[in-house]
Amino acid sequence: MALKPAEFKTDVHNDWCPGCGDFGIVNAIQMALANMGVQRDKTTIFSGIGCSGKTSHFINTYGVHTLHGRVLTFAQGAKIANPEMTVIAVGGDGDGLGIGAGHFVAAGRRNVNMTYIIFDNGDYGLTKGQASQTLKLGEKTKSLPSPNTNSNVNPIGLAITSGFTFVARGYSYDVRHLKDLIIQAVKHPGLSFLDVLQPCPTYNDLNTRDWYAGTDLMDEAQKRHSRIYKLEDTGYEPTVHYDTEIETNEKLSQALIKSLEWGNKIPTGVFYKNENTTPYTVRIRDHIPNYLENPPAKQNISKNGFSNTDISKILDSLEV
Amino acid sequence: MGYQVFGKREFYSNIKGEHSYFTVRIADKKIHSNVNDVNLMASFDAETIFRHYDEVISGGGIIYDSDIIETKTDTVRTLDAPFKERLHKELELKNKPFTVAGVLEIAKDKGVLLFPVSFKSILHTLSEETENPRLRGLVRMYNVIGVSLSLGLVQMPPDSLQKTIDTIFSKKPEIAKLNQLTAIHSYNYATTNFKNFDYILLGTEKESRTLLVQGFQGTALGKMACGCRFQPYYPITPASDESVFLESHELFEVIDNRPGSTAVIQTEDEICAIGMAIGGALTGTRSATCTSGPGFALMAEMLGWAGINEVPIVITNYQRSGPSTGLPTRHGQDDLLFSIFAGHGDFPKLVYASGEIEESFYDTGNCFNYAEIFQLPVIHMMDKFHASSVITCQRWDTKKISIDRGKLLEKVESGYQRFKFSDDGISPRSRLGMDNGIFWNTGDESDETGHITEDPVLRVKMMDKRMSKLDLILDRIPKDEQVVSHGVDDFTIISWGSTIGPIKDAIDMLKKDGISIGLIQLKLMHPFPADYVKSLLKDVKIIIDVEANYSGQLGKIFKQNVQRDIDYFILKYTGRAMTSTEVYDSLKKIVENKAEKREVLIHGA
Repeated sequence: MALKPAEFKTDVHNDWCPGCGDFGIVNAIQMALANMGVQRDKTTIFSGIGCSGKTSHFINTYGVHTLHGRVLTFAQGAKIANPEMTVIAVGGDGDGLGIGAGHFVAAGRRNVNMTYIIFDNGDYGLTKGQASQTLKLGEKTKSLPSPNTNSNVNPIGLAITSGFTFVARGYSYDVRHLKDLIIQAVKHPGLSFLDVLQPCPTYNDLNTRDWYAGTDLMDEAQKRHSRIYKLEDTGYEPTVHYDTEIETNEKLSQALIKSLEWGNKIPTGVFYKNENTTPYTVRIRDHIPNYLENPPAKQNISKNGFSNTDISKILDSLEV
Repeated sequence: MGYQVFGKREFYSNIKGEHSYFTVRIADKKIHSNVNDVNLMASFDAETIFRHYDEVISGGGIIYDSDIIETKTDTVRTLDAPFKERLHKELELKNKPFTVAGVLEIAKDKGVLLFPVSFKSILHTLSEETENPRLRGLVRMYNVIGVSLSLGLVQMPPDSLQKTIDTIFSKKPEIAKLNQLTAIHSYNYATTNFKNFDYILLGTEKESRTLLVQGFQGTALGKMACGCRFQPYYPITPASDESVFLESHELFEVIDNRPGSTAVIQTEDEICAIGMAIGGALTGTRSATCTSGPGFALMAEMLGWAGINEVPIVITNYQRSGPSTGLPTRHGQDDLLFSIFAGHGDFPKLVYASGEIEESFYDTGNCFNYAEIFQLPVIHMMDKFHASSVITCQRWDTKKISIDRGKLLEKVESGYQRFKFSDDGISPRSRLGMDNGIFWNTGDESDETGHITEDPVLRVKMMDKRMSKLDLILDRIPKDEQVVSHGVDDFTIISWGSTIGPIKDAIDMLKKDGISIGLIQLKLMHPFPADYVKSLLKDVKIIIDVEANYSGQLGKIFKQNVQRDIDYFILKYTGRAMTSTEVYDSLKKIVENKAEKREVLIHGA
């Protein structure tokens, strides 16, 4: 049953800068949760550190505001212990692709059934605008003393090569489209990744709202009122339908090539989707048959205040 | 056979090729440690003889492969330069050649009995008898030959040898048969050819319900028994054995309930391991991880998060020799101070240390109870000496594992607040996914609901709430779980962890000399039970701190908390565990007023 987005709002004061792209993302998450009718107390938002880290405080579900770069570790642990929960992890691009890049790659390999959303603004906002992982080499935002000396990480490409089974990109000012993407991501049976382009009006004067709108361009993008276009409008087909190596490799390569597109035409929408890869729950169930009915969080561990675990067979084997 | 044993594995940080050895002490009463003196050495290669010949006592024996008698020290590539230099000096002094024969002569001069056997000819004979030419060059059999020869020499009835081989190779009957043949042949060779050895093991009266366990099994089985159902971990010596054991036994029966399981997850690093454990704990699952110094160092930031968010997790910390990679496969009680002070900022945690392996099973259960009652991270201190020892002990009793989940809620009405102020500083605990139990966590300072606050007044209240747990711990945990007094005397030892074993045996040895020494075993290391320790030691004249690290870390927190100086330290940081002989020697020197302030022990290859 669809609920109202307002039910997913807390009354915590939001202290993001006026015009921050984060607002659109939080609204889209709340709209998506309401639209799916998820139970508030069966849902947890995990967040990292930085402006985007505060997201969990604004959403009226369980909210766990974790540590810089580590959000995926907490989120996966909770989801594995209690697979019934809907789990969404959020964080910035510095958080997830810099200090947290190792966890990002490892999470891809596991394919735990949850969603990870990166608020991608090209800078470290809360520490006053240092270059972050998606800022391009040689670019200089107004907050940088000199141009960026590092090449950028390609979030979509990294997700695809790490094994994420749903990889998409949204734009924080297209809230309706973003909401639809979040719904697809949450419903995806495996680890889904959403890279959300998000202007930082305070520190990033390069990738601004106007820039995304293409106001600096002479021709096509200006007519479209955007640099951004939607893959689904171009007939792009992201889904691996048959579990064959040929089709999988073809869809992977196509998504990788698309992920390199930037500049005057920036693709959004679903890049890659593969439901054939076994989710982590199934991999656990292969050796723990009753894992889903009796996951760690549901197990009864005591009787009348004492242990009810029977380890007698192991002890028998150790007896001499 | 009915004997009590204490065995210890020593090995290099290397997969194969470097020198590994196993010492086992056998007795007809309970023992707690190794000793310096070796009665029988069964060697399969030259290096073992070079490294250990001088540990065998007069009247003891060395079984060795007579085919390698002329092996020179220089041809054993794994003998490192500093050791070789010391050995050469000794051989020069005694005017012996730099060969196996040379060191064996020294042993013989001392009164050691030599038992030469051509391992090659044993294989030849067997190969001919069984018409199996492959057997002729099967040097992999040398260990079975060596063990069987030694059991023949001490006249131990061969049935336990045969049973053991069958168990080890239960899935490979052909290989089992080959090993059986070799074993019996070697065993008979020894009983026929070797006589007049002073040490024989015919068996003794069996005590019922005795276990033969490896050190890491205490905490592993303890975790299973007390309901730990989630253990993410990252591989590290000497901690991984515990996790691998848990995973090998991930499915088990639960009394009057459906089968249970432990989800054991290998993570990408120790940061993820503790992060996942915290995530699991937030769902109400008893969650833990297991690591050693370098891994624990990586967990420090997360530890603070668990502290400020009052999350019950258990970190089993199998210490090894530091600093940095240190001696990665060797022993050390190096991380007491680091465990107590790990993490930035002030937050409550509990550090608990098991003495002997037998205790570690029950202590594990207690650690989980403490974590949930006080809602904080608990660091359970173990070490490499524990992890790679093999001991006999009384069968563990799961009926003694009580489960106290503290203020964990079974259901929640409306208006729930995770960090609600309460009389004892502990708030009722909901879990992720629970009806009506919504809460927020944050590594920032927070209000009662868990939302960020920077209000100075609320900050003080929250800080006071959390830190008040330290007094609560000292108040609520029974005294005998905090500190074990094994007797107090004019001279009294304070110690902790695995070192307790050698100390107990040393104290027994001193008793035979008419010397009585007390022992206070600290288990609750943090918060430090200062008042109780002070009262126990009030009449003590000389305090001796015994531990396996450089700086006397327990001594430091003792002084800080009890405001009293340590009179003597007995320390060891070679990476090898203390033997009771060494502790005995130093204690005797202390009593006779001949000791240094810092007695530093160095026995062991």
